[in-house]
Amino acid sequence: MALIIADNIRKDYQVGDVVVHALQGVGFEIEPASFVSFVGPSGSGKTTLLNLIGCLDKPTAGTLTVADTDIARLDRKESAAFRGSHLGFIFQDFNLLPVLTVYENIEYPLLMVQNVPPAERKERIERLLDAVGMADQRDKYPDQISGGQKQRVAIARALVTHPALVLADEPTANLDSQTAYAVINLMKRMRDELATTFIFSTHDQKIVGEAEGIFRLEDGSIVAKEMKGGASHE
Amino acid sequence: MNNLFKIAVRNLLRYKRRTLLTASLITIGVVFVLVFTSVTGSFKAMMIGQITDSMLGHLQVHRKGYVASIDNLPLNLNIKPKAYQKLTEALKAAPEIAAFSPRLKFGGMFSNFTETTNIRLNGIYPDREFQTVPLLTSRISDGKKTLSRGEIMIPTLLAKGLKIKVGDTVVVVATNVDGSVNGKQFVVSGILESATGPGGRDGYLHIEDAAEVLRMPEAEISEVAVRLKDFSRLPAAVRHLEGQLAGEVNKEGHPIFEVHSWEQLSPFFNIARMIDVMTFFIKIMLIAIVLISIMNVMIMAVYERIREIGTIAAIGTLPGRILSMFVIEGFCLGVLGAIIGDIVGSAIVLIINVIGIRFDFAQQKGLLLTTTLAPSDLLVISAIVIVVAVLASLQPAFKASRMEPIAALRHV
Repeated sequence: MALIIADNIRKDYQVGDVVVHALQGVGFEIEPASFVSFVGPSGSGKTTLLNLIGCLDKPTAGTLTVADTDIARLDRKESAAFRGSHLGFIFQDFNLLPVLTVYENIEYPLLMVQNVPPAERKERIERLLDAVGMADQRDKYPDQISGGQKQRVAIARALVTHPALVLADEPTANLDSQTAYAVINLMKRMRDELATTFIFSTHDQKIVGEAEGIFRLEDGSIVAKEMKGGASHE
Repeated sequence: MNNLFKIAVRNLLRYKRRTLLTASLITIGVVFVLVFTSVTGSFKAMMIGQITDSMLGHLQVHRKGYVASIDNLPLNLNIKPKAYQKLTEALKAAPEIAAFSPRLKFGGMFSNFTETTNIRLNGIYPDREFQTVPLLTSRISDGKKTLSRGEIMIPTLLAKGLKIKVGDTVVVVATNVDGSVNGKQFVVSGILESATGPGGRDGYLHIEDAAEVLRMPEAEISEVAVRLKDFSRLPAAVRHLEGQLAGEVNKEGHPIFEVHSWEQLSPFFNIARMIDVMTFFIKIMLIAIVLISIMNVMIMAVYERIREIGTIAAIGTLPGRILSMFVIEGFCLGVLGAIIGDIVGSAIVLIINVIGIRFDFAQQKGLLLTTTLAPSDLLVISAIVIVVAVLASLQPAFKASRMEPIAALRHV
């Protein structure tokens, strides 16, 4: 059973008097534990698609099922609860909370979204801190660490809730080449270890090269699909 | 909940200068209200104490209709001995009454044998009067602090005007209820400082001397001043006494007695009410200060953290929890301002007492203002600040909780 099933999705925006057709009849399926990238030029609709899959927006038409849930039917509160339990997010600008330490940023979704018991919380965070190589930086605040380190923390935060799906919007856009590769490898390793599906929206050829599935978008439509083979996960 | 407080406090510390400015503004408001409440409350309590404990008593009982004509001191509206007996029984049976003092009041002519003027006099049983209005003795500026038969205590303005000293002989002439005139010589035993309010310039003599001047075979009673064990229970005591005396009716079936608290007898009550109204408006100003400053700072906080709101909303934080985050931030700001305000306000009240501020009020000179700050005042004002801080945070917090994550994440 596919993790994501998109059927003839349309998304229109009203900008002043003009209707912008951001997505025009997009359809695809993504299997669990995939490492998939949406690529395309600016304005092609990849971020819009990611927002729809991320339950941050609703399609104008068509159906979108994520983890067996028709996300168009969810209200505001149900959407938040769904995101909290099924999805993880990695942002281009990392979006760590500046008043929380590295440890607390990773802890945030477990504490404020999922109410995970303290012992389990600690165990999960410690494991991810080690996995992303940030254990020795745990007490630092975001303004005390580098961009690459921030993105590693953001990855840990996205994965700590054991989501079925992690959505990453231009995750390497603000990183240098070496750090970007390290981050991509980290995400891939996490996918292998945790069987989490990663979906990216990117211009970055480094990610595109590493992705196992590529959906190329132009003017709101998928113009090409490229699958490199199955994911190697446990 | 602890984590929401932790995040709120850290966000407040993140903008230290703004937090400090807002807390300072709230502090200034709290200090102003506390000092004003303390000074005016203490002034009010002191003046009420002076009026009730040196003249009026906490409440008074009269024959029905007497108070309406009290300026004339009408002898025909005195309580007759038989009725007074019934009244005495009722007053003795009332558990809330600490002491009571019957008075025979009348107006007359007062002469030092060379000059004559008019005077209002109270015939009293000295021991009972001093128990009921214990500060009366503190008003005796010259002479002994007792009163025997054949002696009179006169107000200081009269003594100065007629150049009378303690030990001088004077004569009091009065018209009795039948219209005939009688006089009696007295020795001045004491000079009384004037006090604010009705009866503040009256003279005092023994009630049996008063009955003799008025040619009453047995003293009639114009009023009974009553002192309660607990002044704070005044309204309840008035109601209870009214209930007890309601059964005492005349032949026509009308009540014989009427009960008045000091508030109905002294014009200072209106000043006290004005002070209460001013205090109320000062509190309204405090509410406005807290409301505007907290709302302003919270609107700023929400505006500056739109992307953060978008992030936590995207992660799955429920709208109610986002609302709580900002409300708790406002709450913490209110608590901070209230605590600092309480400390500074209490310190200023203490300093006022150490300095010792004196003031004049009407005929009373050099009154020492002793300010006090009741814990209940601190609690009430702190509660007002905190509740208003929470209310002021609600609108910005609600706005934050209703933000669309996608729009918030796009915010630059």
